[in-house]
Amino acid sequence: MSRPALFTPAVAAMVPVAKAPRLRFGLRSLDDRLADGLPIAALHEVFATSDGDAAAAAGFALLLALRVPHQGPLVWLREDRARRGGRLYGLGLAAYGLDPDRLWLIEAADTRALLRAGADALACPALAAVIIEPFGAGAALDLTASRRLALAAAKSGVTVLALLSGAPRPSAAWSRWQVSAAPSRPLAANAPGAPAFAVNLLRHRGGIAGFGMILEWDPDNVEFIAPGAGAAPATAIQRTGAALPRRAA
Amino acid sequence: MLAAVDALALAEGITPGLTLADARARLPGLLTLPHDAAADAALLAWLADGADRWSPMVMTVPPAALVIDIGGCWHPYDTEAGLVDDVMARLARLGLTALPALAATPDAALALARYQSCSLDTLPVTALDCPEATHIALRRAGLTHVGDVLKQQRPALAARFGDALVLHLARLTGDIMVPVSPRRLAVEISAEQRFASPLANSDAALLVIENLAVRAGMELARRGQGGRRFDVALYRSDGHVARLMVETAAPVRAATVLVRLFRERIGALADPLDPGFGYDAIRLDVTVVAPLSDQQLRLEGGDLAAGEIIALVDRLVTRLGRGRVRRLVAGDSHIPEQAAFDLPHGDSASGSWPATSGDGAPQRPIQLFDPPEPVEVIAEVPDGPPRRFRWRQKLHDVTAHEGPERIAAEWWRRSDGKGLTRDYYRVEDSQGQRFWLFRHGLYGTEKPNPGWYLHGLFA
Repeated sequence: MSRPALFTPAVAAMVPVAKAPRLRFGLRSLDDRLADGLPIAALHEVFATSDGDAAAAAGFALLLALRVPHQGPLVWLREDRARRGGRLYGLGLAAYGLDPDRLWLIEAADTRALLRAGADALACPALAAVIIEPFGAGAALDLTASRRLALAAAKSGVTVLALLSGAPRPSAAWSRWQVSAAPSRPLAANAPGAPAFAVNLLRHRGGIAGFGMILEWDPDNVEFIAPGAGAAPATAIQRTGAALPRRAA
Repeated sequence: MLAAVDALALAEGITPGLTLADARARLPGLLTLPHDAAADAALLAWLADGADRWSPMVMTVPPAALVIDIGGCWHPYDTEAGLVDDVMARLARLGLTALPALAATPDAALALARYQSCSLDTLPVTALDCPEATHIALRRAGLTHVGDVLKQQRPALAARFGDALVLHLARLTGDIMVPVSPRRLAVEISAEQRFASPLANSDAALLVIENLAVRAGMELARRGQGGRRFDVALYRSDGHVARLMVETAAPVRAATVLVRLFRERIGALADPLDPGFGYDAIRLDVTVVAPLSDQQLRLEGGDLAAGEIIALVDRLVTRLGRGRVRRLVAGDSHIPEQAAFDLPHGDSASGSWPATSGDGAPQRPIQLFDPPEPVEVIAEVPDGPPRRFRWRQKLHDVTAHEGPERIAAEWWRRSDGKGLTRDYYRVEDSQGQRFWLFRHGLYGTEKPNPGWYLHGLFA
């Protein structure tokens, strides 16, 4: 019996990708668990666990894009209506380790225009990554749209990150992540610490079973670290003793 | 008051300016419609757009006149009179009656058109664009025709009838050149194609545009330039003009690039291009040019990343509009919402981004609400950090906070020299979600009961 037609072209197109540079998180244990990170020329989906986690999911997608080894421009496609959720703030992005001059923001009137602009952007191999953010409750890509994106990404070698919400639908994504905000390790005087994410791998094309873990972001080295295991900032070192029992509690 | 009358009414002695009651008394069967001045102006502007086909120098003179500078433009019609005939024939096809006149200056042409005369000299003095009192004074002095006035010494006229009259005479005779101010940008390079029989197919029109783009591209290459803005005008035989405009981030002159951009433009039109009974002329104008050397042209082929990104941006700008392709730009201010913007591409060069403080945690959010969203906050003390807040109907318990970071208003930019100070707090709730809140106004000194706002979200 032949394999379902759905998988043949996509898999064929992705075979050479295995030798290409990888999207590594920077956290050794996680990269090893994913068999050396994620492929760059592929579609990865990032779901917000709840509405309140939208900012965390957006941040996680952006940080993933930053981990793409290619230092070309980043394109962030969103719908007009998404402006209600706030505009992207250059100073903040800079604080997370992104050079704001790398970023192009494209606003589309509707999902159709968004996908079309996404296809155009993915045809441009000079880009490092494309973040595509459909709007609305249960915003998701259907199978056709996601396959188009995945194939375009495989062809040009540009990473495409879909920022979604609601219930996951069948798609051609290589990996699917569910992200929510996680309590950070407090700095001195109980100040909120480095960005922390609770991520769940829901799906992996390579057959790796799903798992969940807490990740922290180190803006100075532009990499993900394990909570508490990373280069702790000077202020935190002074109070490590106090911080540990708090987390245990 | 009657604003305009038709030929039949005119024959019955009804003239514009008559009061409605008067006119009805003279002609009981008079049919009247309310005067729509805006529609008249729109029609005139529409005609002026269409008049582009004869000359780029077209000026509207409200309420009902068009001035076309045909200097050097009449060659396709053999003679100047031939061009006038073409104008009249086209207007007649639209059902419009026009009074043409040819003259050396716009003022003279307008006067001749109004009185349908061939010579300025035989016009009555009322043709002069002066106050009524001047007309009467001129007639009292025995000057009944414009020719009589022109024969007089100008200083004497100025002394007796005022400077305005002399100035007007100078404009009439061309002693002062009055340029026709064009309605559109001055054109750098123009390529035009006229058709003997109207072209009724949009695809064929696109081929013609490509052809014109090649011609314009050759001229651009000869000059060592590339175009930044291209305007295409499709003149429909019924007088309508469809205009397409394409702007590019970098100068281009390759016809293939231009045609692709125009295809995008046509695809993005809200109402599709309607050839109607066909186009009888198509023109491509290059309105903004910039230097472009041969070497740069080669980069467009796609072997350099910058060229590819420029091509992508051009395509998206053409399809979505310039306001939808945005860049992050640093602003020179310490007020958060004015310290960083997202602006349409090309609006402003980016300032330098301030170095970020590596304090372990980002001090600024990735998403900013502009304007900030009001929140209900419970704090332990009125000037203390928030303990609990409600945003978008959801309650958040603050577990960690940092602040206040005090940001004063830019009092030197305000007329009253005041403005409320903001106390910013970075807070984290029990879920781990991080927010940027501020209290607007210092408790007690600036405001008795300052409000709280949510300004941004951290990842």
